[in-house]
Amino acid sequence: MHDATLKTLSDALAARKLSSVEATELFLGRIRTLNGRYNCFITVDEDRSLAQAKEADAARAAGRAEPLTGIPIAQKDIFCAKGWLTTCASKMLSNFVSPYDAHVVERFNRAGAVIIGKTNMDEFAMGSSNETSWYGPVRNPWDTDRVPGGSSGGSAAALAARLVPAATGTDTGGSIRQPCALTGTCGLKPTYGLVSRYGMIAFASSLDQGGPMARTAEDLALMLNTMVGFDLRDSTSLDRPVEDYMSDLQQSVRGLRIGLPREFFAEGLQPDVAKVVEAAVAQYKALGCKITEVALPNMGLSVPVYYVLAPAEASSNLARFDGVRYGYRTPQYRDLNEMYEKTRAEGFGAEVKRRILIGTYVLSHGYYDAYYIRAQKVRRLIAEDFARAFEKCDVIMGPTSPTTAFKLGEKAADPLQMYLSDIYTIAVNLAGLPGMSIPCGFDTQGLPVGLQIIGNYFREAQMLNVAHQYQLATDWHSRVPPHI
Amino acid sequence: MKWETVIGLEVHAQLNTRSKIFSGASTAFGAPPNTHASAVDIALPGTLPVLNRAAVEKAIRFGLSVGSRVNSRSIFARKNYFYPDLPKGYQISQYETPVVQGGSVTIVVGDAEKTVRLTRAHLEEDAGKSLHEDFHGETGIDLNRAGTPLLEIVSEPDMRSAAEAVAYAKALHGLVRWIDICDGNMQEGSFRCDANVSVRPAGSDKLGTRCEIKNLNSFRFLERAIDFEVRRQIELIEDGGSVLQETRLYDPDRDETRPMRSKEDAHDYRYFPDPDLLPLEVSEPWLAEIQADLPELPQTKRERFVSVYGLRAYDAVVLTTSPEISAYFETAADGAPGPVAKLCANWITGTLSARLNEEGIDIIDSRVGPRQLRGLVERIADGTISNKIARDVFDAIWSGEAQGEQAADAIIRARGLTQISDSGALEKIVDEVIAANAQQVEDYRGGKEKAVNSLVGQVMKATRGKANPQQVNEILRRKVIARG
Repeated sequence: MHDATLKTLSDALAARKLSSVEATELFLGRIRTLNGRYNCFITVDEDRSLAQAKEADAARAAGRAEPLTGIPIAQKDIFCAKGWLTTCASKMLSNFVSPYDAHVVERFNRAGAVIIGKTNMDEFAMGSSNETSWYGPVRNPWDTDRVPGGSSGGSAAALAARLVPAATGTDTGGSIRQPCALTGTCGLKPTYGLVSRYGMIAFASSLDQGGPMARTAEDLALMLNTMVGFDLRDSTSLDRPVEDYMSDLQQSVRGLRIGLPREFFAEGLQPDVAKVVEAAVAQYKALGCKITEVALPNMGLSVPVYYVLAPAEASSNLARFDGVRYGYRTPQYRDLNEMYEKTRAEGFGAEVKRRILIGTYVLSHGYYDAYYIRAQKVRRLIAEDFARAFEKCDVIMGPTSPTTAFKLGEKAADPLQMYLSDIYTIAVNLAGLPGMSIPCGFDTQGLPVGLQIIGNYFREAQMLNVAHQYQLATDWHSRVPPHI
Repeated sequence: MKWETVIGLEVHAQLNTRSKIFSGASTAFGAPPNTHASAVDIALPGTLPVLNRAAVEKAIRFGLSVGSRVNSRSIFARKNYFYPDLPKGYQISQYETPVVQGGSVTIVVGDAEKTVRLTRAHLEEDAGKSLHEDFHGETGIDLNRAGTPLLEIVSEPDMRSAAEAVAYAKALHGLVRWIDICDGNMQEGSFRCDANVSVRPAGSDKLGTRCEIKNLNSFRFLERAIDFEVRRQIELIEDGGSVLQETRLYDPDRDETRPMRSKEDAHDYRYFPDPDLLPLEVSEPWLAEIQADLPELPQTKRERFVSVYGLRAYDAVVLTTSPEISAYFETAADGAPGPVAKLCANWITGTLSARLNEEGIDIIDSRVGPRQLRGLVERIADGTISNKIARDVFDAIWSGEAQGEQAADAIIRARGLTQISDSGALEKIVDEVIAANAQQVEDYRGGKEKAVNSLVGQVMKATRGKANPQQVNEILRRKVIARG
């Protein structure tokens, strides 16, 4: 049963073959025995989860059940959940119990879902390996010597290890897609503005977007139906007609135009990853899709642009963690400045500090035009590249990550190598486009490879259809790591 | 050497919206600490600002009132600095593109009119308050004020004396209350001034080095601080020194300005557009709607008072210092241009204002209402009573001797104060006075002009003030000469 998809569980709950309490106990039990091995969760609160499960069962008994009622879902520890420790994997928030629910959490609660726990992540979502967490690294269920990717590594690893059927993630430069690729799971980063950021602890506001993580495209669609929705409390939230992301899943993909950017298959791509992705494209061709080459000439600038803009916003977003009102405060200080300095020196990890420093630098007087303003201009060029590409195709495909899961510690000392891990995902955030990753095979070492599908703005339903049709024809998504 | 003073003012007007500029918390003054601080105001992780449209409307009202350009698109920026009462670690303000640009305010100093140009007016949020008392060496933070909407109004350096600066500040103060965007309460900090002051040799067109003086929370302090600062700068330069660009604090107890921080210690605020807020768009229909809702402005009213009612420019200025006083005047003078209107103006700016001041009450609470004043003034105009008697009638209405619009007539009737204009009766009294004062009559005949005054006084005394002094004068002269 722990291998069941969200959809299967939902049907079982609806058919009363299973209660929410039973499902919740099942996954809580797996977390109890296996979390020590993978370190996927920062917080588990069995009583709280079971109480929610009981409520869900009562709601079902009263005839008030929705597709997600009673389903255990893990929340990335970046989402504020009322009464739950919400740490963002930082010492800075290691004592922060949120007094309120994020919009996403509120929507899952209202749909009757059960919070099964808060998942580990890179500190403040800054990282691509889950090694920057103050709560220790997450290990990849496919090989525990390897990273699960990041920053939503806890959610991805929990899915791969079958500790949860579904989880939330956030994606600023690839933080949903890259860990999904590295753990053989599915994740979708929606169009910027579709999922409210209210209650999602900000890293880089103009890039952050919450999204679903699961094991099938169909499950992602189910979750997205709950996660998407206008929220007055987020000024960048978009007020659009409600869509049913399940509705297009069964459509044929015959005639679909798939664009392959040559920049996605250039130097730096692990050869066996290239081969697996090419095979996936061939599969689509077999399904009747038309393959066409597209160009994203400014793609190469996306990493440098990202590492100006994201740290700039982060340096300001993280200023509120000052030890004054909540969170960590250094125990000893002589005056205000020392309180600030020691609190922030002790409360933040090295990668967070690095990005705050970069961000502070690029916003400084005399550097702002050369870095921030210029980066914004290039950002627009990157978005224009995509707009031109989408004149020639319906979706863009390529690898999610240039490599499969790397070893713990392998890139930790070399931030530039680490940053290149997101080379194929970052441009999507810069353009505000939706992107997803689904498993499409394995490298020569047996590590999962992710296929990235990028859609035009608001074409999530189409992307999910494209992914679902592939999953009907293949079984990569249902492969289970050894020892699970 | 002769010196010229150059002054520009920055005024922070607290906009009188019910809720804060970026949260739904109340802006009411005087609540217990931190009871008007929402999750957004405390800057809990994950919270986001949402712009209060009412604050924007107030800013636009101001812009339209001073002939500014209201930008169809303006940008909110983050001003980054650390301070315990600044919860987010940045203040949301407007930097490169404010909502209101340009415009001007007309001031009257003595009899001269002068135009002070405005640079801009932008929206921003206020910070909280640090409380240093009652905490035994620690500092308390009250975030009730954090997020209160402010309009920062920046003038060009167009003022040339403390008197002009005060006139400008008063004109602005009157205007913001007039258009109902700020309560103008200076004690509570709703209207605060910073002055940029510099001096230069008379005739020079190069600006001197300026100092910014903060903490000017009354017009008197504004005037004194500028006077002190101008003297300080002139003495400094004349002694061979030079002015340092710095921020200075005015200390009202010592009546001096003291350095706060120099240009070298100035923060690098690292302004950048706030990614949590969309650009502020002001549409033409919205602008038109706000324009239509604006009351007649003091400047327009002033001109109308002069052209329609025939008032003197000075009286028109005084009668347009607040909507209340102008409304009082217009009710009193309604439909009566010419002498009655002028009398109303004189009485309001003279006797009524003095009495209101004396008793410390506002004109809306005046115990002589505008229609009562009109009733009184009409009896002066038609010669029923003299100005002197009118003052007694005014006092009688004030003390509640009669009510209603006909109060003046009632008192005149009840007290028998009608001026004796029956020339028969008057001539009889004059004859008696002449008969009883042979000496004075002789003196007058002998060329002593002053002697007639004594005779008029005798007649007035005999009529208990009810005689028309002018008429008495005429009759006396005629009779004395006739007798001769």
